[in-house]
Amino acid sequence: MRCPKLLVFLAITASLRAENFAIRGATIHPVSAPDVPNAVLVVTGDRIADMGPKAAIPKGYKIIEGKGLHVYPGMIDSASVLGLSEIGSIRETQDFTELGDFNPQLRTIVAINPGSEHIAVTRASGITTSVVVPSGGVIGGQASIVHLDGWTWEEMAVEKSTAMQMRLPSIEAGFGGRGGGGRGFGAARRPFAEVKRRYDEQMQQVRLFFEQARAYQMRKANPVLGFKPDLRLEAMIPVLEGKKPLIIVAEKERGIRDALAFAEREKVKIVLAGVREIDPFLEEIAKKNIPVVLPDLYQVPIEDDASIDEPLDIPGKLAKAGIKFAFGSYNIERPRNLPFQAANAVANGLSYDLALKALTLHAAEIWGVADRLGSIDKGKFADFILTDGDPLETKTQIKQMWILGNPVSLETRHTQLYDRYKKRL
Amino acid sequence: MNRRLFLASLATAPVLYSAGETILIRNAKILTVTRGRVDGSLLIRDGKIAEIGASVMAPAGATIIDAGGGFLMPGIVDCHAHIGSDAINEGSISVSSMVKIEDVLAPDDIQIYRGLAAGVTTSNVLHGSANTIGGQCTVVKMRWGKPASQMIMAGAKPGIKFALGENVKRAGGGTNFSATARYPATRMGVEDVVREAFNDARAYQRQRDEYQTRLAKGERVLPPRRDLKLEPLVEVLEGKRLVHAHCYRSDEILMLLRAAEEYGFKIRTLQHGLEAYKVAKEIAKHGAGVSTFADSWSYKLEAYDAIPYNAALCMKAGVLTSLNTDAPVTQQRHLLQDAAKTQRYGQLSDDEALSLVTINPARQLMIEDRVGSLEVGKEADIVLTDKHPLSMYAKVQKVFVDGEEYFDREKDIRNRAERDARRKALAEKLKPPPAPAQKKGAR
Repeated sequence: MRCPKLLVFLAITASLRAENFAIRGATIHPVSAPDVPNAVLVVTGDRIADMGPKAAIPKGYKIIEGKGLHVYPGMIDSASVLGLSEIGSIRETQDFTELGDFNPQLRTIVAINPGSEHIAVTRASGITTSVVVPSGGVIGGQASIVHLDGWTWEEMAVEKSTAMQMRLPSIEAGFGGRGGGGRGFGAARRPFAEVKRRYDEQMQQVRLFFEQARAYQMRKANPVLGFKPDLRLEAMIPVLEGKKPLIIVAEKERGIRDALAFAEREKVKIVLAGVREIDPFLEEIAKKNIPVVLPDLYQVPIEDDASIDEPLDIPGKLAKAGIKFAFGSYNIERPRNLPFQAANAVANGLSYDLALKALTLHAAEIWGVADRLGSIDKGKFADFILTDGDPLETKTQIKQMWILGNPVSLETRHTQLYDRYKKRL
Repeated sequence: MNRRLFLASLATAPVLYSAGETILIRNAKILTVTRGRVDGSLLIRDGKIAEIGASVMAPAGATIIDAGGGFLMPGIVDCHAHIGSDAINEGSISVSSMVKIEDVLAPDDIQIYRGLAAGVTTSNVLHGSANTIGGQCTVVKMRWGKPASQMIMAGAKPGIKFALGENVKRAGGGTNFSATARYPATRMGVEDVVREAFNDARAYQRQRDEYQTRLAKGERVLPPRRDLKLEPLVEVLEGKRLVHAHCYRSDEILMLLRAAEEYGFKIRTLQHGLEAYKVAKEIAKHGAGVSTFADSWSYKLEAYDAIPYNAALCMKAGVLTSLNTDAPVTQQRHLLQDAAKTQRYGQLSDDEALSLVTINPARQLMIEDRVGSLEVGKEADIVLTDKHPLSMYAKVQKVFVDGEEYFDREKDIRNRAERDARRKALAEKLKPPPAPAQKKGAR
């Protein structure tokens, strides 16, 4: 996998403009359609030009032999802090949580560090795209979609602003801690009446903020002399118009109920994220066609008496209910485990087909970029990986990756240290 | 407490196959880890593995289990966990060698059941990493439902937890030396704390030895005052207690090895040791083992050079290597998959990968004659999985400890409905009574 010659080659070509090429003889897993064995995949510029058992390779195209290998679309991390966080314990390296309760004007895209070591590390697992989501307060800011390649955030951007992150006030948070088993140091419990009063006040503030935003929307439509744009409220307009979904993060039953009621009352489009206690709402979520971003599945069961399979069994439950969902890492440490989480979900009741789709096509559909991403189809971005097997298994090696038709290096901080210290043994 | 007892009662339905029963598991792919793969049967008698072979005759009265073509592997050994204990950090002083995990074992901690359900049958339960010398650890067998006294793996060599680096010096207050600051605040200070402690221990040891010598000569002497803090350190000096040292960076690893060599004792394992690969040669020469994470990194500065190839590189250097969870920091339910990750990062063979969570940690804890592989005569700690255990799609079906079945997946699933019903009934009881009916027009 880490053939030095190949690396040198990739390192050089990565900086060049994409070269037209074709992969021949590999099994292609388009995800949008059944697998195609012994197929030809043709890439012109940054797009997939053709794909099929007998696709013609134009003259002058470089040919890559893929016999015995497999092509999958690049995977999508639907909730990450990639580029916004480098070292967990060091505050100076955290850029995803701003001060204040209502910050719809904040844009993740401008704070993504293209030099983050995490980008290459995530890529090495077969992930080519990441939805970068902020947090903090009630409205944390705007999520963006980026390619895991590029010299600048502008080059990385697929969508500079794709959704608005939000976390409603919660009664649980007032008690300190969100459960999660174990014997941690829970904050001291406060009287219920006090917590409830605070929660009601905060919910009132949220309603007021949305009212303000609506009033602003009307003022803006009929501006009077001296009308001054308000950056915070301006940023809410696409949400109010239903053009941009709210990503509402809610783990527990109360939070999910609040999120659904909120969406109903405010008539906004939502994506639910991080959901854990989902059972009572499966039918409603399915009926309303609300997509879901799964929680980080490498968490302990949410309560001491929760099933030993929780939260690994959540994807299976969502699938059974007919809800569309995608995987998200949330934590800077774990994006590279996303494919393995998907396989774990399969071991806990999800079909393999849907696991793969949730990492690719369904994620692209949820974020409205399925015209460009998420499957191996003619006209889509040439974002894919070449592997020696199922990319959800650890035994499989990811041989090569292309983003926008460019071969991308799979070298990481980790392979570099490995290669350097291997010599010292 | 009541809530925990209630929960414990839910997960401890009576075991199907109990202690002392003779059990024949048939139709299995048996991954012994140390002696290759055998497709056939495994016989459990008196809590031990009695026979492994392509075909094993069922003794009279034996219970027969059909593994359905699934895989049998040795019970997983986690060399570093903080489960099943009510407290783990005695945060007052930096040398707290007198405190014992054994005194705070919590056998009703649900994490034990969750670990068991993932195939973990033995855990080294350690103190946290707040102190340079944390306290005495305990090896437990995951006998869920049994009292604390029966969790302890009798006869396992005692151990002690050391810790180096960021966690230890954090109490020093970092850069703002506050009134509550505690020595050490630097890695220099950490070395000093280790050396001071063993300087004291050596003096105490000499005092005790001298007392014994003079006593043997028939002299009438007063015994030295017993020192509970130094006693376990003398045991370390005498090779009677294993040192498990939490560490990250290569400099502090080397420091500890040299400090130990100066005082004439061995470090048994470097726990986490995320930069062990940088000094793998030195570690191998000292004879220490490394028990690391599969792919955790970047959660703090000292974990920024952590690489998922650490286990593979250490193994290649001849270091006795294992993977641990630090549960609940990472979870025991993913320990098998952590082992499998060394096949992506380092391309280890199946046996090498499995050894990282079975025979190798058993060797590190010096219990390899009893657990860690499927061999005749060993304790029957056995895990049945539906697919190859290193596959991301595998699921643990049954777990035996000492030949007794402690986990059965089908049973767990069956019990869920009952558990939910009991939970609901409790919630009903919490509801306030209905308000008395009001007369019409009473408003």
